[in-house]
Amino acid sequence: MKIDSIQNGIVLDHIKAGRSMEIYKLLGLDRLDCSVAIIKNARSTQMGKKDIIKIADRIDLNLDVLGFVDPGITVDIIEDGKLVQKKHVQLPEKLVNVLKCKNPRCITSSEPHLRSMFVLTDREKRVYSCAYCDTRYHR
Amino acid sequence: MRNLLNITDLSTGEIDELIALAEDIIAHPETYQDVCRRKKLATLFFEPSTRTRLSFEAAMLDLGGSVLGFSEAQSSSAAKGETVGDTVRVVCGYADIIAMRHPKEGAPFAAVQVASKPVINAGDGGHNHPTQTLTDLLTIHRERGAFRDFTIGFCGDLKFGRTVHSLVSALARYTGIRFVFISPEELRLPRYIVDNTLKRNNLPYIETTSLESAIPDLDVLYMTRVQRERFFNEADYIRLKDTYILDCDKLERAKPDLCILHPLPRVNEIAVEVDEDPRAKYFEQAANGKFIRMALIMKLLELSV
Repeated sequence: MKIDSIQNGIVLDHIKAGRSMEIYKLLGLDRLDCSVAIIKNARSTQMGKKDIIKIADRIDLNLDVLGFVDPGITVDIIEDGKLVQKKHVQLPEKLVNVLKCKNPRCITSSEPHLRSMFVLTDREKRVYSCAYCDTRYHR
Repeated sequence: MRNLLNITDLSTGEIDELIALAEDIIAHPETYQDVCRRKKLATLFFEPSTRTRLSFEAAMLDLGGSVLGFSEAQSSSAAKGETVGDTVRVVCGYADIIAMRHPKEGAPFAAVQVASKPVINAGDGGHNHPTQTLTDLLTIHRERGAFRDFTIGFCGDLKFGRTVHSLVSALARYTGIRFVFISPEELRLPRYIVDNTLKRNNLPYIETTSLESAIPDLDVLYMTRVQRERFFNEADYIRLKDTYILDCDKLERAKPDLCILHPLPRVNEIAVEVDEDPRAKYFEQAANGKFIRMALIMKLLELSV
């Protein structure tokens, strides 16, 4: 399968196979006007198979979201068809307005305008806790 | 500016200071009677309470300050749909410090995002209740002399019992304390407390359903009420509410210096006959609540004598 390379934009590479649609939704890529290509199950020498997202525009990316979904992702910045910067993401300490607390007793469930906030409470197990009510969310 | 949302917002050193200050207030109340002159405490109680609200108000009055506020959501603008944040922002224009109770978990965290005055969490749903914990700690300290070398049993609703969660978090920071958790299967301590607090710190603990078998080993017994308001399903409440009733028969097997605590109000989980037993300390515990809150108000307002 052939996907045209982009001239100016961003390539999200080394996405664990099957996670690309989650990233697509969390980053709100459906709202973009530019071309966005999602490549699922691309062959990878390192990973066996992987997903890739290509965005034909230099948009502001929420790196925390990427780190939360998959800290192994790399972000390639492309200018004039050339790779000018490669960023590595990591598991973020805090997630703002990314997750919604599922605890019906949490104040964020009755006051939905509040900023949702989760903090990393167990890096090893990748557990985040709601900053309001401490409800845990396993990644 | 400091707030108190969770007991772990305070270091053990700060807790020791608060206890020492409360002890001094108990010994010399007249010294503190004007410390908060011209200061106002707002008690924002979106959920009914007797002890907590009245002890906060008595604390501020005994420090020479004034009190304003409401005692249920229906008598505040919350009934008109006002958010917690807006209510708190407005009240910060009227008061110097806020004590807030709310049925939703994390409501005080929402409050401190916009508050310009210190906020004290006076209970947020089944989540935290740090001033009850300070009250419990002061009582245990007065009875045992120190936070070490004792076995404490928690009995009843350990799932929704916020007083239990906060006290376990507080005591977990000391060494030489053994924990026994006595509850029906459905009301066991939440797993996140077991994992994050007990297991992570390698604290000795056991979980059991039998009060009778656990009671001989205990130095402190913390009884709790099964709270109707925490259940979505009334049938579950009816089925579980009478699981544990502490009476004089059960106390025959307990140590002579056992200290029996209860955050109150009780329904029937401690038989009235136990009140006459010298090991019953829950009314002293309620009285201690005023003194530790006096100490806390002084600390958060950065006042001293």
